[in-house]
Amino acid sequence: MSKLQSRRQFISGCARYSLGLTIAGVIGFSLTNASSQQWLWQIDPFKCTNCGRCATHCVLNPSAVKCVHAYALCGYCDLCGGYLKPGHIARNTAAENQLCPTAAIERKLIEEPYYEYHINEELCIGCAKCVEGCSSFGNGSLHLQIRQNICVNCNECAIARVCPSDAIKRIPADEPYLIKGGFEHGQTL
Amino acid sequence: MVRLYKKHIPLKNHNNIFLGLIFLLMTVPTQIAHSQQQRFPKPEFQTEYQIPETERPNPRAPFMEYLDLFLLLAVLSLTTWLVLKKRSRKWILWVSVFSLLYFGFYRNGCICSVGSLQNLTLSLFNEGYSVSFTVLAFFVVPLLFALAVGRVFCASACPLGIIQDLVIVKPIKLSPWLQKSLGLFPFIYLGLAVLYAATGTDFIICRFDPFVGIFRMGAEFHMIVLGISFLLIGMFVARPYCRFVCPYGALLKICSLNSKYHLSITPKDCINCKLCKDSCPFDAIDFPTDEKENRASRKDFWKFVFYAALIPVLMFVGGWAVSGSYKLLSSAHPDVYLANLLVSQPELMQNTENLDIETFMSSGKTLEILVEEAKIIQEKFRFGGWFLGAFIGLVIALHLLNQVIFRKRSIYEANRGDCFSCGRCMDYCPVGKPEHPFFKDKPEMVVKS
Repeated sequence: MSKLQSRRQFISGCARYSLGLTIAGVIGFSLTNASSQQWLWQIDPFKCTNCGRCATHCVLNPSAVKCVHAYALCGYCDLCGGYLKPGHIARNTAAENQLCPTAAIERKLIEEPYYEYHINEELCIGCAKCVEGCSSFGNGSLHLQIRQNICVNCNECAIARVCPSDAIKRIPADEPYLIKGGFEHGQTL
Repeated sequence: MVRLYKKHIPLKNHNNIFLGLIFLLMTVPTQIAHSQQQRFPKPEFQTEYQIPETERPNPRAPFMEYLDLFLLLAVLSLTTWLVLKKRSRKWILWVSVFSLLYFGFYRNGCICSVGSLQNLTLSLFNEGYSVSFTVLAFFVVPLLFALAVGRVFCASACPLGIIQDLVIVKPIKLSPWLQKSLGLFPFIYLGLAVLYAATGTDFIICRFDPFVGIFRMGAEFHMIVLGISFLLIGMFVARPYCRFVCPYGALLKICSLNSKYHLSITPKDCINCKLCKDSCPFDAIDFPTDEKENRASRKDFWKFVFYAALIPVLMFVGGWAVSGSYKLLSSAHPDVYLANLLVSQPELMQNTENLDIETFMSSGKTLEILVEEAKIIQEKFRFGGWFLGAFIGLVIALHLLNQVIFRKRSIYEANRGDCFSCGRCMDYCPVGKPEHPFFKDKPEMVVKS
C-alpha cells in the first residue's frame, strides 16, 4: 500500500510541478505584454456615425453612453439642428418641437440671439438623435461619450461588439475622454 | 457687416437654410461620418457669459483595482485556512456570501477570473492588446491556489458559483456516466473560448455568462432567461454551470487534481461509517472500491492499450474535423459575416435598412478589401481549428482511457478534480466529535482528536 501511495504521490508531484512551470511560463510570457495601466472603453467622436446602437446595446439601461456638449465648438444658434425636430411648429421649448425623445437637452437664453444647450445626463439615453441633427445642420458640438463614472467597464464592451463604424476602443485610463475641442484647437481636437 | 451676417443669418434666413439643409440631407447618404465643421462661427457675447467646460467625470480610482486583488487574495487565504484547519462549513458560507455581494453585486461580476482567461489569450496572440497586472493576477492566483489546496476559489470567491451554491434545495444524484459525459463540455467550451479570443472575434464566456445579468439587474432577455433557468435547474442539479459549463473550472480541475493539499472529509482516519456518503450535492465523493468488481483483468489491459492508441487518432480526426468547419466557426466574426453576406447577396449593398452594410458602404472601403480581411481571419480559424480539434480529441481520448484505469481506494474521500471545497461533507463526519449522534450508543468508537 505504501509503495502504491508513494508512486501516486510521485506522479502527482511531477504533474504538479509541470503545471506550476506551465503557469509560470504563461505569467512570464504575458508579462512581456502586460501593463500596470487600467483600461477603459472610449468612443472616438470623429469615427462615430450616430447609428443609435449605443442606446440599445449597452448592458446598462439607460446606457452609459451620454451625449456631451463641446460648448467651445457650439454656435449657440437659436435654430439648433440638435434641439429642434425637423419640421418643428415653433422655435421654442415646447415638447412637440424637441428632437430629444427624453427632453434631456435644456435650452437657456444667454443673450439675443444666443442660446446655450445643456445636456441633462440623468435623462439622456445616448440615442444620438441630437448628435445626428447637430452634425448634419450645425457644428457637431454635440457628440457621444462613454461616461466613465457610469460605465461598468465590461471585459468586452457590448456596444463595441456591434458598433458599425468601429468607434469604440479600449484605451489606457489616463486619458479617459476624447472630447471634441473648440475651433482654436483646430479640426482634430 | 460681418457682425450683421453673424447675427442675422440664423435669425432671418433660417427657414430657407433649414429647408435647404434638409434637402441636402435627403439627397446625400445620411450615414456619412460627420466631422466637426465650422458652419456657424463662435458667437461674440456682449454679456459676461463664460463658455462652460465640458464635464469629464472620472472613472473608478485605479487603486480600487488593487483592492479587488487584495480582497481576492484575502478571501482565498481565509478559505484555505477554513477548509484545512478550522474545518467550518458555516464560515466558508459567510465568506462566500461576502464574495457574492462584493464581486457579484457590487463589482457587477466584472472583474472575474473566468473571463480573464480570454483577455490573457488575446494579449498573447495580439500584440496590440495588453492586459493589466490585475487581470493577469486574477487569472493566475486561483490556479495557484488550486495547485496548492484545491478549488477554494469555487468554494468562496467566484460569484457565479456561489449564487448557484445558495439555491441548492434538493440535489439529485446523476448517473456517473451522464456526469462524466457532461463534464467534457467545459473543456470544449474552454477550447472554443480560447480560439475565439485568440482570433479577436468575441469573448464568448462573457457574452454567454448567465449570471452577470442578475448581478447587474438587467441584461438582454434571453440571457436573463438563461440565468434564471440555470438557477432553477440548480435547485435540483447542484451547481450546473460550474460542473458542466465553466471553462475556467476545467483549468481549476486539472490543477486541483494534482494539488499538494486538499480538503479531507475526515479530520483523522476514516472509519468508513458512510455518514458522508450522501452529503455532497455535487457527487464529488469517491467511495471505497469494490475489490471483486474492479480487479484489473487481461481484458482491461487490452482496452487500455486500445484507448491509448486511440489518442493520436482522435486528436487527428478532431483537428481535421474542426479545421474543416472553419467557415462555420469564423462566421461569428463580424467582418467575415459581412463579407459572406455581401458576396452571397450583392443586391444587399443597396440596402439602406441594414446599418452595418450602410456604414460599410459609406466608409469608402471596397468589398475586395473586406473579403481579403475576412480571408485572413478564416485562415486563422483553419489553423487554430487544428489545435482546437486536437485538444478536444485528446480530452475525449483521455476521458475514455480514464474509464479503464482502476484506482484502489479504501476510504471515502473527496474527488480532487470535482470537489469545490465547499466543506459540506466535513459536518457529516463524526470523527473527533464525541457529541455526534452517531456515537450516542457507541461510546467505545469515539476517536480522540
